[in-house]
Order: sequence, then C-alpha cells, then structure tokens
Amino acid sequence: MTTGGWVIMLLSVGFVTGLLAWCITKVVTTPGSTDHLRTTPSEIDTGDASSSDNR
Amino acid sequence: MPDTARPRESWGTRVGVILAVTGSAVGLGNFLRFPGKAAQYEGGAFMVPYFIALFLLGLPIALAEWSLGRYGGSKGYNSVPGIFRAVWNSRAASYLGGIGLLIPVIIYMYYVYIEAWCLGYAYKFAVGEMALGSDPAAYSNFFSTFIGDSEDGAALTSATQSLSGFLTSSLGLLLICFALNFFLIYRGLKKGIEWFCKWAMPALIVCAVVVLIRVLTLGTPNPDLPDRNLLNGLGHMWNPGGAGGKTFWQALLNAEMWLEAAGQIFFSLSVGFGIVLCYSSYLKPDDDIALSSVTASAGNEFCEVALGGLIAIPAAFIFLGPKGAGGSTFGLGFITLPNVFAAMPAGRWIGALFFFLLFLAAVTSSLSMLQPAIALLEEGLGLGRKASVAFLGFITAIGAGFVFYFSKDVMALDTMDFWVGTVCIYVLAMIEVILFAWVMGIEKGFAELTRGAEIKIPRFVMYIIKYVSPTYLLIIFGVWIYQMATAQEGNKFSTLAENPIAQLSVGLMLTTLVLFLFLIAQSNKRWDAQEARAAALEGETP
Repeated sequence: MTTGGWVIMLLSVGFVTGLLAWCITKVVTTPGSTDHLRTTPSEIDTGDASSSDNR
Repeated sequence: MPDTARPRESWGTRVGVILAVTGSAVGLGNFLRFPGKAAQYEGGAFMVPYFIALFLLGLPIALAEWSLGRYGGSKGYNSVPGIFRAVWNSRAASYLGGIGLLIPVIIYMYYVYIEAWCLGYAYKFAVGEMALGSDPAAYSNFFSTFIGDSEDGAALTSATQSLSGFLTSSLGLLLICFALNFFLIYRGLKKGIEWFCKWAMPALIVCAVVVLIRVLTLGTPNPDLPDRNLLNGLGHMWNPGGAGGKTFWQALLNAEMWLEAAGQIFFSLSVGFGIVLCYSSYLKPDDDIALSSVTASAGNEFCEVALGGLIAIPAAFIFLGPKGAGGSTFGLGFITLPNVFAAMPAGRWIGALFFFLLFLAAVTSSLSMLQPAIALLEEGLGLGRKASVAFLGFITAIGAGFVFYFSKDVMALDTMDFWVGTVCIYVLAMIEVILFAWVMGIEKGFAELTRGAEIKIPRFVMYIIKYVSPTYLLIIFGVWIYQMATAQEGNKFSTLAENPIAQLSVGLMLTTLVLFLFLIAQSNKRWDAQEARAAALEGETP
C-alpha cells in the first residue's frame, strides 16, 4: 500500500462516513423535523372494501 | 387530478423514508460492482471521476427526482405517469411516464432471481455446503449448475429432481423471494416497505461491519505467500494507478475510467429508475426533501465506499492473489468470493453473513421496484390493494419465470438488463432532468426544491441540473452506446439480431410496455373525468 493509496482511501472513506454522520446528526437534531410527515392514519388500506366505482 | 376520497398511503416516519430510499439504492452494485470497477480501472485514481460524477450527476439528478415526486404528490399523483402529467400539464407527458413503470417492473423480473441466488448462497454457506475446496473451477461449476446456464430449462430440471432439494434449489428460493416481496408490498407503504427497511438496513450494515472486521484482521493468512497480506490487498484496491504501476496523473488520463466511474455513480444511486419519484410523492408539500435526499445518497455512498470498498477486493487478493482479485459482478460475487470464504478462517459463517447482507440489500431494492406500478393501478384504475398486487404479481411472475427458464448464458437476464436496466434508465434520467430544469424551469424548480428545506441548497445547483447534468448524461450515454455497438465481444446489438432468446426477451419487454401504455390511456380517461368534475364543482362554488 503506497502513501497515495493510504491518502485516497482515508479521504474517500472519511468523506462518505463524515457526510453520513453529518446528515444523520442534522436529521435527528432538527427540531420538529418529523412533524413534516403525514399524520394521516396509514392502516393497511387494501381498498377492497369500497367499490372503485364510488371514486 | 386523481380522486382524493380514499385515504392516501403515507410514510410513517422521516427516518423510514430515508431508509427506504437508501435501501432502494443499496444493492449488489455497492458490494460487488463498485470494488470490481475500481480495481479494474486505476485503483484509487478511480475515486476522482467517481466523486466528480457524484456532485455533477448523481446528487443533482437525485434532487430533481425528489422535487418532481413531491410536486406530483402535492397534485394528488403517486405514479410516474401521473407525476409527469402534473409537471407538464399534458396527457402526452403521462405516456412518457410509461418508461418509469417499465424500468422497475422489468428489473424486478430478473432482480428477484438474483435475490434468490443470494439467499441460496447464504443458506448453503450456513449449512456447510459451500466447502468445495480450493479449486476455483469447483465454484464456477457450482454456480453454473445452480443457475442452470448450460442450457435453457436446466435449472428447472435440477429443481424438480428431488422433493427434498426443491426448497433450496434456485426455483424454490425464487418462489420464496417472490412471496416475501409480494407479502411486504401487500402490507403497504408503512407496514410493508418502511417496516422492512427499518430493520433490514441496520441489519445489513451490522452484517457488513462484521465481515469487514474479519477481512481487516486477516493479516497474512498464508506465511508461504507473505505478499498476499492485508496491506497489499488494500493497496490493490486503493493505490492510484492500480496494479498497472501508473502514476496518479497518468491514471487520470484513462478516458474509459471516467466513463465507468460516472456509470457507477449513476446506477449506484438508482437515479432514473422512477422509484424515488414514486417514493417522494408520498411526502407532504412542505416536507424537507433537500436533507432527506442528501442523507439517502450519503447512506448509499457509505455502504459502497466505506464498506464495499474494503471487503471484496482485499479479501480476494489475500487468498487468490492479484489475478484472482477482480471480475464481473456475478463472477466476483458468486465464484471468486465463495472460493475466498471457503479458504478464510470462520469463512463458513462470514460467507453466510455476506450473502445474507446481499440478500437484504436485494430485497430492499426489489420491494421498491413494485411500488410505482402499484401506485398507477391504484390511482389510475381505481383498483384496491389486493387486486393491484394480484395483477402485478401475475405479470411479474410471467417475467420472472421467463428469466428463470431461459437461463442459457443468462441470455434473458442479460438482455433485459441491457435494454431496460441500462438504456431505458439513461433515457428516463434525461426526461426527468428536462422536465425539472427546462419544463418546470429554474425559478419554479428551485422554489420547489428549497420549500421546507432543512439545509441550504446553493442556487448554482439548478444550473448544474439544467446544463451540466444533461450534457454529462448525453456524453456518457453516447460513448457507451458507441462502445457497445462496436464491441467485438458481447455486442448486444448483434446478439439481438442473431439470438432468438434475446429477441423473445425484447418482445416480452415491448409487450409489457404496450400493456402499461394501455393502462395509462385508461388512467388518463379517469383523470380527465375527475378533473372535469373538479372544474365543474369549482364553477358551482360561489
């Protein structure tokens, strides 16, 4: 393993790991970020109970 | 505008959405294709065009897909034809969206079979059936027999020879994987796809980390061959210039490497599949998409570079030397690595874990391939979940059975992968970029992208999406088609002209496309009627 190999490996692995860690931190720590998601109940709705003609 | 009387499906949590999109992107390519390409093309120098393509092609198109999808969802559409209709405000655009149904459904037909191979190898490693010695030919023969690539129908013949071996044959495993996928898709977005991805993705990463620790602690397993050690294995993957002895700058002059690196990013992030369009349409109009899309891409890159880049090639180098460390995705995964695991201390369990992680990665991807078609059947034709799943199950069962039966030289799989799994993906990605940056336009597109954004997206990204990404795409696609058309070996165009199974495969894909266009036509009638009804109601309102 050459010095160049070490540099590229550490930079590449470090960059993607750091980017993921930063993103996860932002997602987890942003206040109320999960409030943006739909709050409608999402029970299993097969839709088979209602006739499609009604729509 | 589709009817909104029925409660729409939705994601349960934000982490769930991100894991589902990441799961869709992470697949065999991360752990097999990426390291194989990097080792083949200049080792560490490969990472320069790779990261450039990530920022100029992969991430911009991913942002465009998330924006288009959420915009379509805000207009009540979840299927690609519906989303395109909403963006372009024309019926013609919805027919272009047919390609966004064709791609995931056709890919599912052969991907579920590859998924079955991964499950089969994981099982066979766990029960000790993969201890085939040190001869590479034994692993090649095993793979060939398992998938039946000697002649058409060979896998069917071997699967039906004994009742006891049926479940672990490629046919039995295909049926298991097929049933698992449709069970999860029937349960719906939240309780099926999201639930599975929420435990499968962490499990996948844990499995990969365990395998990685094993590889990084191998040292020099054979004292008679001191050169075959961990550091040289890592060097084979990461030294700039690779095994060719070129300098970093000489390696960067390899034009083919730039092409392959861009292609790897493009396929790795699963842009142009139509899946992210569908997934993001289930978000609310003011949900963040900027941070979510970057997080999903970062998760995919972590699995590819930090895990995939440190496992396969170094392990193969340590046990098989420089000549054995490489190969195609299937060759590296199903022939080379089983040979490596068989020679590795605790290799039986490491092999089982590795193929189980590939299986999880494959399931999270194949699941996502079914949702776009389900969305059209539900919103366009008004079918219930049960009917939609049954209809799609019937179509994909025919396709998967076709791929399974016509197994000689994996011709059916290979043909589908080329024409739909590659060519159509380039085309769809180009359509998406044009729709976002040219039809929607820079101003509206940027407003859509940044609404609810939890990270700042620089405005110049829009100019990259409008000018750089399509140019980059066109160049890669043009050069790639030229290379394929002029290739002496494995020329797909001459194969199509000469091979009846290749022609039959294209016929199956065209038939599926015609079916989808017919369904889109029916959906358009329904959407037109609903829009007219909505307009009439609006007119009546004082």
